[in-house]
Amino acid sequence: MKIGTLKEIFEGEQRVALTPESAAQLQKLGHTCFIEKNGGLSAGFSNADYKAVGVAIISTAAALTKECDVITKVRPPTMAEIKRLDSSKTLISFFNPGSNIALMEMAQTKEASLIAMDMVPRISRAQKMDALSSMANIAGYRAVIEAGNHFGRFFTGQVTAAGKVPPAKVLVVGAGVAGLAAIGTSSSLGAITYAFDVRPEVAEQVESMGAEFVFLDFDEDQADGATTGGYAPVSSPEFAAAQLAKFREIAPDIDIVITTALIPNREAPELWTPDMVASMKPGSVIIDLAAEKGGNCKLTKMDERIVTANGVIIIGYTDFPSRMAAQASTLYANNIRHMVADLTPEKDGAIVHDMEDDVIRGATITHKGQITFPPPPPKVQAIAAKPQQAAVVKSTEELKAEEEASFRKATRQQYSLLAVGGALILLLGAYAPASFMQHFIVFALACFIGFQVIWGVAHALHTPLMAVTNAISGIVVVGALLQIGSGSFIVWFLAGISVLIATINIVGGFMVTRRMLAMFQKS
Amino acid sequence: MLSNGITSAAYIAAAVLFILSLGGLSNQESAKRAVWYGIVGMALAMFATVFGPGVGNYIIIVITITIGAVLGLIVAKRVEMTEMPQLVAALHSFVGLAAVFIGLNAEFELEKVSRLLASNADLNELTGFAKKLASKNAVEITILKIEVFLGIFIGAVTFTGSIVAFGKLAGRLSGTPFKLPGGHVLNALALIAAIGLGVLYTGGAGVWTMVAVMIIAGFIGWHLIMGIGGADMPVVVSMLNSYSGWAAAAIGFTLGNDLLIVVGALVGSSGAILSYIMCKAMNRNFVSVILGGFGGTKGPQMEVEGEQIAIEADGVASALNEADSIVIIPGYGMAVAQAQQSVSELVRKLRAKGKQVRFAIHPVAGRLPGHMNVLLAEARVPYDIVMEMDEINDDFPKTDVAIVIGSNDIVNPAAQDDPNSPIAGMPVLECWKAKQVFVSKRGQGTGYSGIENPLFFKENTRMFYGDAKESLDRLLPMID
Repeated sequence: MKIGTLKEIFEGEQRVALTPESAAQLQKLGHTCFIEKNGGLSAGFSNADYKAVGVAIISTAAALTKECDVITKVRPPTMAEIKRLDSSKTLISFFNPGSNIALMEMAQTKEASLIAMDMVPRISRAQKMDALSSMANIAGYRAVIEAGNHFGRFFTGQVTAAGKVPPAKVLVVGAGVAGLAAIGTSSSLGAITYAFDVRPEVAEQVESMGAEFVFLDFDEDQADGATTGGYAPVSSPEFAAAQLAKFREIAPDIDIVITTALIPNREAPELWTPDMVASMKPGSVIIDLAAEKGGNCKLTKMDERIVTANGVIIIGYTDFPSRMAAQASTLYANNIRHMVADLTPEKDGAIVHDMEDDVIRGATITHKGQITFPPPPPKVQAIAAKPQQAAVVKSTEELKAEEEASFRKATRQQYSLLAVGGALILLLGAYAPASFMQHFIVFALACFIGFQVIWGVAHALHTPLMAVTNAISGIVVVGALLQIGSGSFIVWFLAGISVLIATINIVGGFMVTRRMLAMFQKS
Repeated sequence: MLSNGITSAAYIAAAVLFILSLGGLSNQESAKRAVWYGIVGMALAMFATVFGPGVGNYIIIVITITIGAVLGLIVAKRVEMTEMPQLVAALHSFVGLAAVFIGLNAEFELEKVSRLLASNADLNELTGFAKKLASKNAVEITILKIEVFLGIFIGAVTFTGSIVAFGKLAGRLSGTPFKLPGGHVLNALALIAAIGLGVLYTGGAGVWTMVAVMIIAGFIGWHLIMGIGGADMPVVVSMLNSYSGWAAAAIGFTLGNDLLIVVGALVGSSGAILSYIMCKAMNRNFVSVILGGFGGTKGPQMEVEGEQIAIEADGVASALNEADSIVIIPGYGMAVAQAQQSVSELVRKLRAKGKQVRFAIHPVAGRLPGHMNVLLAEARVPYDIVMEMDEINDDFPKTDVAIVIGSNDIVNPAAQDDPNSPIAGMPVLECWKAKQVFVSKRGQGTGYSGIENPLFFKENTRMFYGDAKESLDRLLPMID
């Protein structure tokens, strides 16, 4: 199939859906790749870079769309771009189908297939094509860098000859993908990082990234994020109040706030109120990653940097991934590449649009003249973490009692075993002749020695043990040797065979044991 | 000719040497010395017997011993370490067969002696074993007959059982359990018939009863082991090991030979302990293993959620290049793919880079107790980095990468998490606690027990599909 990538036409968009690297991978799947002229220029990939890996350059978007079967891009398509599609074409891009009904309907009349990268279900198999996570990761990183750019101080604390510099205090609200990326970046820059999330189960992740989780004094069973597709659910008014109170308490102390709280298909919740902003120190920075959905701070202006009356800088940029176009393009192009790989199950360049596949079904929003949005819930849910149950801690007395009981049980067992064994042997002795009992003594003692000795054998040497017991059980040769002198033909014949095979055992067993043991070498 | 006293002294020395040779296996270095004790003990015992009282037909002795020794040497030289389970099984069958023959011989001699006794012939011409028989009273003869019966019965079960085990381990018989209609009822009936024949025999019925017991016991051995699946072979082989010892001990009683009794008891208890260790490691009781099948489950098994995520060699290589501590968990699949050399090479490369590489060996990994240790030793993996389950299980949380090569049930977290799993309670290697787990596996199938393994679905698990050896060979050049 021919896969073509359009140049982004949205103003300020620097990313591109194909990199020379991902093109090489796509070609391995049996596809040919095309790109609109100068499509990768803003992300740092020249036309020559593409040509070098065998990507053909087409000068206009219209010609590219006409030529290719699969069209990829980053931003949702415009009406004009959709109108160029027909029933043989598939378009893969971000789409935001919830708010782009008109575009979807147009694609439906054109009978084109649309795959929305932002609709990829959040299950583990689909992680490799989860473009929202890739972009959120970049946004989180960039948010910290952007904050540093506007923050007038060091992140890390220093003691210099000129005096002591305190470390910056960063609060990250929302520990999703973006939040965790921000936490990681911030703490690796040396700032004291705090993080908050409505899902207490992420506290562990937060702490593993080097931040301190801000706990609320609030008792309520929080819904598990995994049941809502990995997103935080809407919280109760009481909880929201407790949360705001906590933020209000720590706000004067915080230098940088990064808010990342988004709830799907809703306006962003207000988490950082104007009075908190007012209580912050001049020069503090707020990065609101939810600016597109109205902002977690209502003072935020989308795509703008504002400075409040008390000198707090609030940044509402929404194009963080685009500001790191090279990185973002690489990750996004890889997401696209994985999506195409799933669409090409045989790796033979033939696209199979398998609507039975959870991931493909979920991401497809129009197909064969049908609008297939919203998708049914995926069959495979993200694995919900079980609520942690407090381990039953036994007190020392209980442990002691248990130990004692098991000791008593073992003693009882041993005593009864000895008693039964003794009785049996007495019974045997009462009837069996003395010659037998003599041999029996030897047998019983040998069994005891055997048990004592074998328990001491190293587990690693169990195979040599079996080989050596093989060899010494060849001792039956002694029995056969004693019989071989008999006058009767059948007796010495059978005894002869026994000697022969028992000798195989002896020689074979010992030799193979030696061979094995010689192989055990210390480093 | 050596006197009776000298022979007995030699036997005592031999018995002590055998005990020392088993005791020496407590560690790898003393074991190398200990095997010589065994060899010397055996030489002493044979020498004392051959030149002791009551032995004749020296030509036959020389011929049979020579042929046996040559065959033994050839076998020992040629056998591949992966074929050790088969070899051990084959050698068990020899002991079983020899025990049957010796038991039958004892009966022939007994008949001859009683004929002579009945005809009041001169008993002074009898030598050796026959002479001993002639001096026995009625009770002693009955006991002797019981001993003959036991020797033949255990010997025949060991013989056919070991042959079936050999066939299954060598891949000449299918590893899937097979039972005749009637199953264990048939075995029980056969056992009752054999005991009935034994009662007839002690009552004075002729040698035919013993031949019949031999055939019936042979059937039991065959049928019992046919019904046991391939992965239970460690238990089966150690059980047969035990049986071969008890057969030797029974023969020792028959012949009134203390050395045979001592050695038989040593081997018998050794096999019994190995079986016990294997069963414990599978959290199953001995009877359920031998009768085949798993114990009943108490309810539906937990459903496994998530997916198996595949990974290619480059992904594994980069993880290994970054890891500091690595644990490798080999299983029977490694032996099947003959991948131990590649594993060893991988370990050498990783260790050369200063990484900590260790092996975790589950007691039932492979088809023979300690099988993995021998395979790794052959591939020149130093034994001090090969750990037992108890030694390493606590270290997994500190491990960067765990690599599972060809094992399945022994790394199944369901044994701990799911009380309804058929393997619930079985001790397992907790490799999922490592930061990352790679599973080298041929395909998506379940293990021999047919139990889904939730490990493969864990978030930190990546499946490295393909033949173990080929996968590792692809991986090797990428480790730098």
